[in-house]
Amino acid sequence: MELVVLPAWALIAYLASGVLFILALRGLSSPRTSQAGNRYGMAGMAIAVVTTMATQAPIPPGDWLPQPTPEDLVILAKIVAALALGAVIGVTIARRIAMTDMPQLVAAFHSLVGLAAVLVGWAAYLNPAAFGIVGADGFINPVSRLEMGLGIAIGAITFSGSIIAFAKLNGNMSGSPIMLPGRHIINLGTILAILGLCGWFMTDQSLWVIAAFTALAFLIGFLLIIPIGGADMPVVVSMLNSYSGWAAAAMGFTLHNTAMIITGALVGSSGAILSYIMCKAMNRSFLSVIAGGFGVDAAAGGGEAKEQRPWKRGSAEDAAFLLKESEQVIIIPGYGMAVAQAQHVLREMGDLLKAEGVRVKYAIHPVAGRMPGHMNVLLAEANVPYDDVFELEDINGEFAQTDVAFIIGANDVVNPAAKTDKTSPIYGMPVFDVDKAKTIMFIKRSMGGVGYAGVDNDVFYMDQTMMLLADAKKMVEEIVKALAH
Amino acid sequence: MEFISILSIFVMACFVGYYVVWSVTPALHTPLMAVTNAISSVIVVGALVAAAAKGGAASSWLGLAAVVMASINIFGGFAVTARMLAMYKKKDR
Repeated sequence: MELVVLPAWALIAYLASGVLFILALRGLSSPRTSQAGNRYGMAGMAIAVVTTMATQAPIPPGDWLPQPTPEDLVILAKIVAALALGAVIGVTIARRIAMTDMPQLVAAFHSLVGLAAVLVGWAAYLNPAAFGIVGADGFINPVSRLEMGLGIAIGAITFSGSIIAFAKLNGNMSGSPIMLPGRHIINLGTILAILGLCGWFMTDQSLWVIAAFTALAFLIGFLLIIPIGGADMPVVVSMLNSYSGWAAAAMGFTLHNTAMIITGALVGSSGAILSYIMCKAMNRSFLSVIAGGFGVDAAAGGGEAKEQRPWKRGSAEDAAFLLKESEQVIIIPGYGMAVAQAQHVLREMGDLLKAEGVRVKYAIHPVAGRMPGHMNVLLAEANVPYDDVFELEDINGEFAQTDVAFIIGANDVVNPAAKTDKTSPIYGMPVFDVDKAKTIMFIKRSMGGVGYAGVDNDVFYMDQTMMLLADAKKMVEEIVKALAH
Repeated sequence: MEFISILSIFVMACFVGYYVVWSVTPALHTPLMAVTNAISSVIVVGALVAAAAKGGAASSWLGLAAVVMASINIFGGFAVTARMLAMYKKKDR
């Protein structure tokens, strides 16, 4: 059995880059240390790339300096060109992307990791000697075949799944679930077929086997994501994040590379934990999200029992007056705020209120936005200081001492039915106790629409609720105008 | 390296990942996803090996294509993370 013999310094360098990646994630425990963390990550990646290039350099035995042939120089030029091309594209995208579009960008990036894993797996299959995975019998080692097969399969699922997630988030495709008849059976059968073929690949390294499970894995990635609704995409994006990590880890096993294995494990756990947090914040099981279809049945059920209940409409002037007289205001932004691009004018309103001596806090639900932490980024972009922004469990006790709960673009996350109505589709989901605030201001386009879960919200009809019916951005602009007087 | 020692590293790294990720503040979950995206492109190591290898035109072109993709992710991922993190500011600087 022949293994790639890497020099000891290279093994230590890969280990160092793995440790730097751990420190990169560790830095994210606070905004203060996060930028340093990102730099550790960059350093780790630079070490991994330089080490790999150096170990591939043509150094004759007993010599120190590489003795490249013209052929080697052509290869080097191609590699440098490939890295440079990627760098130009990557940096351009990163500079231009709007913060509201972050979920799409992350999905697109996941698809690239997935496809890269598939390509690396196929390259290893076609040229196993370069990866040092050829056994004494001249065939690829069976264990390496399994690792390679799993890496390709997970990579392919990540790729096609991320493409669908991207299309749904970017609006190229409707966000509503697409339900195929018998999809659970089809999906389960396909997954079993992929696993079976990966197992078979250990005994038979024919081209048809690897081609078949690659094709099936691309197909299942597509089938798994189409039945999942647009607002469940935070879970899906987190899950695909996890998959891209497992794909990298599987390739790390094939290459016996510690940097890849450590990174794969980190990214894999990160995505898994984020999916768990998202599911918990919606009080849904991971399986029910993955099974898909949420948002269809509920929307159909929401139409019944539509008795007309009285509600109060307020004007921007009324709202401005009450806000100005408050001691504490808690702003609850939701995805509607991001759609209306109201975050900048909202911060302006917050600043004006602070100038009047009002305490202004922002409360963020874990599922606000289209990916974990999305709302925090949008507020940060609008220059809201991060120490004014609070998580659900940290602020929920404060509503009783709050004069105004200001809800903008959110709906399900303040619905008391989640606490009281066992038949509600959102029952059990943790929500903000806005009903304890003295006044509730609810910005909404009209009384007609309901939240994603398709359920009516009792908050609309409470005595202390003032409905501000308008486009979120326009309404806040008017409040700002009224406050300035 | 033996399979078992690689597996040990992997299992330990999963535990490290579990505890490190739970310590990430929820406010930074989006940058967390962007940076994990960037670091999972360490798959570039495999892409470079494939691209540099001789004796297989097909596999080296696949490797080069994978180098481009991983590189987009590395540069794009770290750059967009840096851009986001720069926006997080404290009160009254």
